[in-house]
Amino acid sequence: MATSTLDRPAGGTTALRGPVRRLSAWLHRHAGVRLAALLTAPLFWLVIAYLGSLAVLFVSALWTVNGFTGEVVRQPTLDNFRTIVTDEVYRTVALRSVGVAAGVTVIDTLIALPMAFYMAKVAKPRHRRWLVVAILTPLWASYLVKAYAWRVLLANGGPVDWLFGGPGSGPGYGLGATVLVLAYLWLPYMILPIYAGLERLPDSLLEASADLGARAGRTFRAVVLPVVVPSVIAGSIFTFSLSLGDYITVQIVGGKTQLIGNLVYVNIGAANNLPFAAALATIPVLIMVVYLVAVRRSGALEEL
Amino acid sequence: MTLSRSARWLLRGAMALGLAFIYLPLSIVLVNSFNADRTFAWPPPRWTTEWWVRAGENAGAREALWTSVQAGLGATGVALLLGSLVAFAVQRYRFFGRETVSLLVVLPIALPGIVTGIALDTAFRSVMAPLGVGKGLFSVIVGHATFCVVVVYNNVLARLRRSGGNLQEASADLGADGWQTFRYVTFPVLRSALLAGALLAFGLSFDEIIVTTFTAGPGVQTLPIWIFSNLFRPNQAPVINVVAAVLIVASVVPIYLAQRLSDTASGGRL
Repeated sequence: MATSTLDRPAGGTTALRGPVRRLSAWLHRHAGVRLAALLTAPLFWLVIAYLGSLAVLFVSALWTVNGFTGEVVRQPTLDNFRTIVTDEVYRTVALRSVGVAAGVTVIDTLIALPMAFYMAKVAKPRHRRWLVVAILTPLWASYLVKAYAWRVLLANGGPVDWLFGGPGSGPGYGLGATVLVLAYLWLPYMILPIYAGLERLPDSLLEASADLGARAGRTFRAVVLPVVVPSVIAGSIFTFSLSLGDYITVQIVGGKTQLIGNLVYVNIGAANNLPFAAALATIPVLIMVVYLVAVRRSGALEEL
Repeated sequence: MTLSRSARWLLRGAMALGLAFIYLPLSIVLVNSFNADRTFAWPPPRWTTEWWVRAGENAGAREALWTSVQAGLGATGVALLLGSLVAFAVQRYRFFGRETVSLLVVLPIALPGIVTGIALDTAFRSVMAPLGVGKGLFSVIVGHATFCVVVVYNNVLARLRRSGGNLQEASADLGADGWQTFRYVTFPVLRSALLAGALLAFGLSFDEIIVTTFTAGPGVQTLPIWIFSNLFRPNQAPVINVVAAVLIVASVVPIYLAQRLSDTASGGRL
């Protein structure tokens, strides 16, 4: 044992280190090669697997399905998009989805702002960590479990009905329940970026503002708001996007409500019309891309 | 900020209400898992532990759990590798398209899950299937890894930004080669960020249902898919309730680990 440990460092490593050292020195001189080595695999994955799939999706949105055979006709046409634009059903569902996503985002912002502010600026520092844990924990409880919890709560004869005085007296399932449950699901995604933003805002700035004679409202507008806005936008990317594409919660508590996600799901499954589903899916993509480009300047993407 | 007493109390009240809003639904599920009534009439008429015993014996749930773990581990592995590589490239180099690369990493979670799902589904159907690669556990891992990359990327990038390059330069000055610097300096600095990223990636993958629905091959059932397919069956309700209760209780474990790993209170977020 002792001899082998003595032997190895002297002979073994120099023999092995020679080429390693030469390689690392060579890499040190060639930054471009290093960068290429770092980026090849991730870009291959993201560009080929992800963007490639998106490209296939957009191309297939231009295809159609033969009404008799049910087979995909690979001939580019704008028929799917024409149907989406001219048929009122799709316009209504698209507008409803955007409305739901915007409503969820507004509700979450209104609930999250005071909570995040309390956590970052009012609570004692040693309590902060626990409050963050309290906000983070439900993020780990599964999405389905949380939607299911609301299905139980809002069920006919469930706790909410009981609170309002017997079966059938509560709000039950429907569009309102969908907005409520989505707002519940994505709330932590709004609280956490706002909290992180406020935590970085030095207390001395708030004190300075007060020393200069500003009241709470003025301080909020002039000092807190500029810090909070990028955080809110960062949070809104999640709340908006996650609501826009959701079809599970709608199925669980939405009653007969239809959102874009449901239409995509139905067309890909029961209707077996992949091209039309693809065309429908371009609606949320377009909305999100416009949104991302619009908020890029605010620095929100750095907050994600 | 110098706040009036009433403002403080208002904020305290908002915090308490918010926490109640977050935790009441979850506690109802916990309580209901002991509700003897099959339809979960409220308030519960009697209590029982029968559903817990039955859920423990449910083979479908156990199998789905194992599939979820496999998918999660696969996706986490890929995400760790790709996320770290991009984080290094973006932090250490200034190159053309750097902004685009960081946007590209964020895109899979910034776009709705159904878009990612249907895109991968379309690609597998029209490109991979003719090549002989059908949908299965592999396609689930591909789908999950695509949106898990960003959490590893964010964690590693934040750590790289904070630690700077001084230690690496010192190491090189002292004669270490690139591999030694990585092994003895860079990796130890990154270790807890990698673990936190891995934990988040695994959690994201474990919870994902929309992308999974579109990328899972026949017979591949993750736990969320199993729950969803049983959600509307009245006679399965008690078992679903117990599985839900277990998942709520189990969510304490990753939170505990994440808190031990992250050095800042908010370090465990997306």
